[in-house]
Amino acid sequence: MTSLSTEHQGSGHDDHHDDHHEHAIPKGIKRWLYTTNHKDIGTLYLWFAFIMFLTGGAMAMVIRAELFQPGLQIVEPGFFNQMTTVHGLIMVFGAVMPAFTGLANWLVPMMIGAPDMALPRMNNWSFWILPFAFSILLASLFMEGGGPAFGWTFYAPLSTTYSNDNTALFVFSVHMMGASSIMGAINVIVTIFNMRAPGMTWMKMPLFVWTWLITAFLLIAVMPVLAGAVTMVLTDKFFGTSFFDAAGGGDPVMFQHIFWFFGHPEVYIMILPAFGIISAIVPTFSRKPLFGYASMVYATTSIALLSFIVWAHHMFTTGMPVFAEMFFMLATMLISVPTGVKIFNWVATMWRGSLSFEVPMLFALAFIVLFTIGGLSGLMLAITPLDFQYHDTYFVVAHFHYVLVTGAIFSIMAAVYYWLPKWTGKMFDITLAKWHFWCSLISVNVLFFPMHFVGLAGMPRRIPDYALQFADFNKWISLGGFAFGLSQLIFLALLIKACRKQGDPVSSQVWEGAEGLEWEIPSPAPYHTFETPPVVK
Amino acid sequence: MANPQGQHNKIIIKLVAVVLGMFGFGFALVPLYDVFCDLTGLNGRTSNKAVVYEVMDIDESRLITVEFITHISKGMPWQFEVQTQQVKVHPGQVEQINFIAKNPSGRTIVGQAVPSVSPGTAAIYLNKIECFCFEQQVLTAGQQIAMPMRFYVDPQIPKDMTYFTVQYTLYDVSADNPTLVQNRG
Repeated sequence: MTSLSTEHQGSGHDDHHDDHHEHAIPKGIKRWLYTTNHKDIGTLYLWFAFIMFLTGGAMAMVIRAELFQPGLQIVEPGFFNQMTTVHGLIMVFGAVMPAFTGLANWLVPMMIGAPDMALPRMNNWSFWILPFAFSILLASLFMEGGGPAFGWTFYAPLSTTYSNDNTALFVFSVHMMGASSIMGAINVIVTIFNMRAPGMTWMKMPLFVWTWLITAFLLIAVMPVLAGAVTMVLTDKFFGTSFFDAAGGGDPVMFQHIFWFFGHPEVYIMILPAFGIISAIVPTFSRKPLFGYASMVYATTSIALLSFIVWAHHMFTTGMPVFAEMFFMLATMLISVPTGVKIFNWVATMWRGSLSFEVPMLFALAFIVLFTIGGLSGLMLAITPLDFQYHDTYFVVAHFHYVLVTGAIFSIMAAVYYWLPKWTGKMFDITLAKWHFWCSLISVNVLFFPMHFVGLAGMPRRIPDYALQFADFNKWISLGGFAFGLSQLIFLALLIKACRKQGDPVSSQVWEGAEGLEWEIPSPAPYHTFETPPVVK
Repeated sequence: MANPQGQHNKIIIKLVAVVLGMFGFGFALVPLYDVFCDLTGLNGRTSNKAVVYEVMDIDESRLITVEFITHISKGMPWQFEVQTQQVKVHPGQVEQINFIAKNPSGRTIVGQAVPSVSPGTAAIYLNKIECFCFEQQVLTAGQQIAMPMRFYVDPQIPKDMTYFTVQYTLYDVSADNPTLVQNRG
């Protein structure tokens, strides 16, 4: 995909003559409610994800305020549990996944030379059920008995025997989130299969398209399993079945098997598109083609396949036989091979490149370093005998926040900074962006790095109070947390400025080394692009 | 693409089939898990069927220590005890253990005991000839019963396995068996 030379046929600057432009874009709320335009829907997804990111972040602030010092100061333990649960659910299903879907909506058609997504009406629907799903989830917090308090993993019997009746609301909201993701995934797959421009062969597709295609297949494979798991919780709780109830012949450990059969591919759903983003940004600011394009494609595919046979590494302490523990340990460690291939490819891309450090590149570099730290702590957790010490401690919290915050979320921020000038036609406020980057980078490490230490020392996760010896580190962690939370307000200010179209106009290429179809259409990207497909040579 | 919607539909039908198939697969995991656990004894599950004891060579060179623990689930008012907390048996030798259950409450309750073996890998070597856990117990108010459990340890048990624990958890399943409660009450 390195040397894309394209020939526009009626696209680009000329496409203002196109028929579709005779229809005026509807104004006001109706434009957004009725839209079937992939760019509008992408924007909706991204703003929704950002609002959810701030909402889930506010809950994290409650958690960190309570943990600022030992003892119970601010919230009741029951409410604390609701905060950890809903924080997790919102960040996973409300922030990271919709943000990636938003990026896919904006970018996949532009990258493969398609006029829109294949199924535009379903696209509208899959977005608009999300606000309802999350309204139901958030509303349960204000009802009698409160919201879900059993952790985002909703282990039985916590979610069945010991939960309140609002669990039904949790179940239905997860059903809706799942339906939305499945529809989004089907749309991405059909678009990529059927709507590539002539000459856009499989091995010319940008890696963001490749990684999203594989992610979409993971989504349609495992989101239905999640839907099955929540349905079983619902019938166990309200309709007298005994899937997870030992008294009726069921088994609570089976819940964990079913959940993590979904849950482990899910973590790759949240990171594979990030690999695609970094593979787009690093070559641009190294002014070199991506090193090892084909190996990137194969590495992504092998990570996706391996993700189906490692789920029980979340369950080492449930009493598995040694053979199973060995199998899941080694299969898990095997994943570090294709992941390592990716890291080495990015480093090799930068090797002897003419590097420049614009804001997207800063986030991409931070991603590579910090995601690797998260990957290494993951390797430590994969070692079965060590996991008995680390299980359910803050070490696990440190691990998955490194891969999700400095991994997935940093990549989303990198993507927003990289493509925002293409979307708005104006360069964002670079000073604010650099403030956002450096404040986030420093605070996120103050926030999550000491969690490794308190975790190794034995501080359990999901507790509102802790032993005195953890007090100093927790104070630092909380201060880092508040600083990281405030840093995101800089991002909010920058995005509002960008949406008001403030800033210097940019060229269609925007970044000096950028290559690909999306950089050959004007900035801002016209409402309709590639109505006549470009020819990719 | 002469007919793009037709092309799309072909893929959509396949993808929707995958989605429905995976939803079904989630539920299919339930019986698969049961079969897998019964075959391997993983997870400490013992068989729910009585075995017929055939006279076999008792391996007198080895002694296996079997420990018994009783446990009452949340909300179950019964008293539940085992008379012999620990026995040493030769593999192949039949042993009987008595459990005592008492219903001190003022109503009829149906109880179901569920066994669990730890370490789980020992579960397939525990052969139960007779067990109260194979059926439900109905106790009227104040009633007390002795419940026998006869078992032997399979001589196939590995040499390094010399000790295991059998835990019985007693659950109140009256709500699921209203007719049993009425017939006795």
